Amino acid sequence: MANALASRYLASRIEPRGCLLPGPLNRPSALQLFLAFTRITLTSFGGGLSGWLLREIVQNRKWVTEEEFLNGLSLSQALPGFNVTNLAIFLGYRLRGVWGAVAAVAGMVVPASMLVLVIAVGFASLADMPVTHSALEGAGAAAIGLSLAMGVTAAERVDRRAAPLAIMAATFVAVGILQWPLIWVLLGAGAVSVALSYARGV
Amino acid sequence: MANLLLSLMLVFLPLSFATVGGGQSALADIHRQVVEVHHWMTPAQFLDIFAIARMAPGPGSVLCTLIGWHVAGFWGALVATLSIIGPTALLAYGVAHVWARFGGARWQRAIESGLRPVATGMILAATYVLFRALEGGWAPRVVALASGALLLKTRVHPLLLLACGAAIVVMVHGNQIT
Repeated sequence: MANALASRYLASRIEPRGCLLPGPLNRPSALQLFLAFTRITLTSFGGGLSGWLLREIVQNRKWVTEEEFLNGLSLSQALPGFNVTNLAIFLGYRLRGVWGAVAAVAGMVVPASMLVLVIAVGFASLADMPVTHSALEGAGAAAIGLSLAMGVTAAERVDRRAAPLAIMAATFVAVGILQWPLIWVLLGAGAVSVALSYARGV
Repeated sequence: MANLLLSLMLVFLPLSFATVGGGQSALADIHRQVVEVHHWMTPAQFLDIFAIARMAPGPGSVLCTLIGWHVAGFWGALVATLSIIGPTALLAYGVAHVWARFGGARWQRAIESGLRPVATGMILAATYVLFRALEGGWAPRVVALASGALLLKTRVHPLLLLACGAAIVVMVHGNQIT
């Protein structure tokens, strides 16, 4: 989710070019994929999941090369969907075809969903204490900081030209202030923006 | 119950395709649907759930798991999770399959660069909506802005910020009560 932060984290960990040893990569089984994604996901407290994926899948296990990983990451970010689940599907598919994709995304989603319910039930039993609400509000406020930092980082990467900046601002106003339904804003602004990019021939 | 599950599905299935640039971009609309359209929870409850989802490990979909749980228990959690992930998972699978064959084509780059400003506007809008939903006076707002600044300027671990944010707001509120 905090993908901009994750990619900053990730960029700081990329080895200089030439450090990668080319050669046959290990090919995990679907079960190994499931277990690996479960382990990585459950230890990603506080976000930065794609950064952890890079470290485990590429640097420790050497299942794919860094270049393949980064291609997959940018593709995952361009597509709708949670970036990290898209990336899991991309990597799983790359390593083990359809069952690899299923195993990777299931490993990422199923145990994490169960754990979050356990955490929520734990908090619910403390819900009557005023301190619980204060603590959650404080943590939530800090999490809004994550969102803010990610928005600023993403904004820094938008081209400094009139059209993309205007589209970014119009999207913000339509969704944030006018509260228009997101999907129509996305279809409208996205169509205009992609058409302009295409015409410009980037 | 069946109606609730259907409503959850109808909320999250279309939103699945709206999660461009990560789940963050759909957050403003999830908030609108859950709080204002369906009145499934109050803004404060939404913020609690958001905080729990953010503290927990895993993909952003865990927020929808929690909403589904809140609305309709286990089956709600299952339906909400599958609805928000399913459609785009199939899409990602299809694209993973064909994308490499057209690597670097003009239309591909146009899609990638054209979606970027839209996704950014959505992330900023989500931040704005959540920031406005903050209650409890100045302390949470200061925590939000300060943690955003710290994340941009330093390499502090986000989990540490969440813990500090919780501690600061608890201390401030505690002082107000005494």
